[in-house]
Amino acid sequence: MKDTQTLETIKSSAMVTERISGSEAIIKCLIAEGVDVLYGYPGGAIMPVYDELFKYQDRIHHVLTRHEQGAAHAAQGYARISGRVGVAMATSGPGATNLITGIADAQIDSTPLVCITGQVPSHLLGSDAFQETDIVGISTPVTKWNHQVTDASEIPEVIAKAFYIAKSGRPGPVLIDITKNAQFGELDFKYEKCTGVRSYIPVPKTNPETLKAAADIINGAKKPMIVWGQGIILSEAEEELKAVIEKAGIPSAWTIMGASAIPTAHPLNVGMVGMHGNYAPNVLTNQCDVLIAIGMRFDDRVTGDLKTYAKQAKIIHFEIDPAEVDKNVKTDVAVLGDAKASLKALLPLLKKNTHDNWLQEFKKLYDIEFEKVIKHDISPSKEGLTMGEVLKEINRHSKGDAAIVSDVGQHQMIACRYSEFNKTKSNITSGGLGTMGFALPAAMGAKMAEPERDVVAIIGDGGFQMNIQELGTIFQTQIPVKIVVLNNEFLGMVRQWQQLFFDKRYASTEMTNPDFVTIAKGYHLEAQKVTKREELADAVKAMMASDKAYFLEVCVEKEDNVFPMIPSGASVSDIRLS
Amino acid sequence: MNEEIKTFTISIYTENNIGLLNRISAIFQRRHVNIESLTTSQSEIEGVNRFVIVVNISESQAKKIIGQIEKQVETIKAYYHTDEETIFTESCMFKIKSDLLFEEPQIQNIIKDSDTRIVTVNKEFFVLEKSGRRHEIEELRKALSTFGIMQFVRSGRIAVTKQEMKITEMLLAFNNQ
Repeated sequence: MKDTQTLETIKSSAMVTERISGSEAIIKCLIAEGVDVLYGYPGGAIMPVYDELFKYQDRIHHVLTRHEQGAAHAAQGYARISGRVGVAMATSGPGATNLITGIADAQIDSTPLVCITGQVPSHLLGSDAFQETDIVGISTPVTKWNHQVTDASEIPEVIAKAFYIAKSGRPGPVLIDITKNAQFGELDFKYEKCTGVRSYIPVPKTNPETLKAAADIINGAKKPMIVWGQGIILSEAEEELKAVIEKAGIPSAWTIMGASAIPTAHPLNVGMVGMHGNYAPNVLTNQCDVLIAIGMRFDDRVTGDLKTYAKQAKIIHFEIDPAEVDKNVKTDVAVLGDAKASLKALLPLLKKNTHDNWLQEFKKLYDIEFEKVIKHDISPSKEGLTMGEVLKEINRHSKGDAAIVSDVGQHQMIACRYSEFNKTKSNITSGGLGTMGFALPAAMGAKMAEPERDVVAIIGDGGFQMNIQELGTIFQTQIPVKIVVLNNEFLGMVRQWQQLFFDKRYASTEMTNPDFVTIAKGYHLEAQKVTKREELADAVKAMMASDKAYFLEVCVEKEDNVFPMIPSGASVSDIRLS
Repeated sequence: MNEEIKTFTISIYTENNIGLLNRISAIFQRRHVNIESLTTSQSEIEGVNRFVIVVNISESQAKKIIGQIEKQVETIKAYYHTDEETIFTESCMFKIKSDLLFEEPQIQNIIKDSDTRIVTVNKEFFVLEKSGRRHEIEELRKALSTFGIMQFVRSGRIAVTKQEMKITEMLLAFNNQ
């Protein structure tokens, strides 16, 4: 509602075309697109835009991160929790290259971002000018679209196109590189939202025949299984998915990117697939007779060895991106289109059904996993603290309503395995790229996009130190995120692999860490450290009750491993419990 | 799954934008596929470019690459075809010392027999041009190389397909949306 009002205002004022600078036009475009907050870092080639940001600070909030990588991840966190486009800004040269990791992360995890970089004046392009880098060339393989603007008059159309491309179809990051002369130059400003690009089909047409074929196969299935991915969240198809699952009585599992689309407690939610996913859905992938993949892309961390992946099953793939169909797994029926529309159309074609005996198979395997793994993770009998019990304690207070932002490594797998989710868009993690350092800035972005929600960052001691500087942003901007560092003084996941596959040769994985609490206190954050089990409950309680930014370090067992585990290159059904 | 490696001609219709060549070639590079030849030009439609790329890959690789090319925002449509499905040609130029044209009568026979065109002749050199299949051009190059070639250049493949490409219809459909 707010967006359209702003747009109307801009539109009506555009009746009398204004002569304004390129940099002011950039800000007006962002406001017209409903951007309320953006993340960035100033520098020479983007200074005219920052000058305009200063003038418009009552209408658009710029957050100064402590590193451009932090800006990109913060924009990602903002986008992932809200579904809106995240915006990051940086100067040319190193400012722009520092955004790249976040852009690559957004590309592989289909996150809508618009990144704006300053560039040297166009007459200096290609001359190795100060802070010049070919960011359009560098970002090409990791952007959905990118473009260089060298004239002020291009700005409104290009920015409109950037937002449209970033958000439509399968979302992704867009980078707009704007030369300094284009920022200083003047134009007759008029803004129109982009509604289409002729060479670009964001959502392919759904063939009703394929829907019918899919429904026939599902209706005839004895042991069907759904694996959904982030596509459900991106197309906001949670209710449609739930209706399909419940009507057809299909046990349903999720990829790491699909987590939270259906509540954890739903009786047909059978857990996570993939390398450290749950035992039952991984093993039963190789026993089901129909595998229905929805908005997921058969990543290698999900499928393990492709030669032995669900060979017995008919495969139905609901997918928005035609390039994903048959890319990794050959499908019997591919239903192209938007998940929400496709599932809505599928529902009436499905017969009401239950698969109680088949669902029992999942329960049986869950019980095995509980005895062998889960019990020890969340209610350990040994002295050292486990990551799992910390998550259990957080669940107790969040009641499943918090957004969990995890970094990359063992703690990430534990967070995804044990977090309880009641609400969608609650699991924010770097899935495809596996970017350590993601969580701290992403949590800031998430909390700013949805200030009413509790946002808890779960981070390892390794990843925390990759973007630890963002504590400065949290302090300056007073963003009330809850930061939990699970400290095992190791790069835990790599250490686990070294233990299992490299004869315990712990090459460069042991960390001598600083006093994290002192560092957090240096940034004037409330901070606490837990080393014993009896301190944990009170510490988590205090953190969850705090309405300010809060830092909690929990010293956990140094050499715990995450199980279950599908060894790299093994079949999903060869998943190990120990 | 050892699929047969074949020569495929990949035809891509695109918007005419800076950077698109980079974006498309990166797709081949990511999959470690060598580009045998690449030509870009205006297509039959005003403002629409056409890439013709020749690669030696398996058909399943070709399909996946086409998918990833079509996914690019500024790609209108991409196709892959085997040699049998296209009419194709390459062209080449030779620069040779003018004396040879008169001293070596054999050269004149080669020019005549191979349907090669003389583009220009001056005191120092003459320039030949020929279009044809790769093996014809190679034969010509070998035949002329015995006399000494000052410069040789061969273009990438250009190709039209036997099958109809409905790009105009696709663009019209977009405009009428």
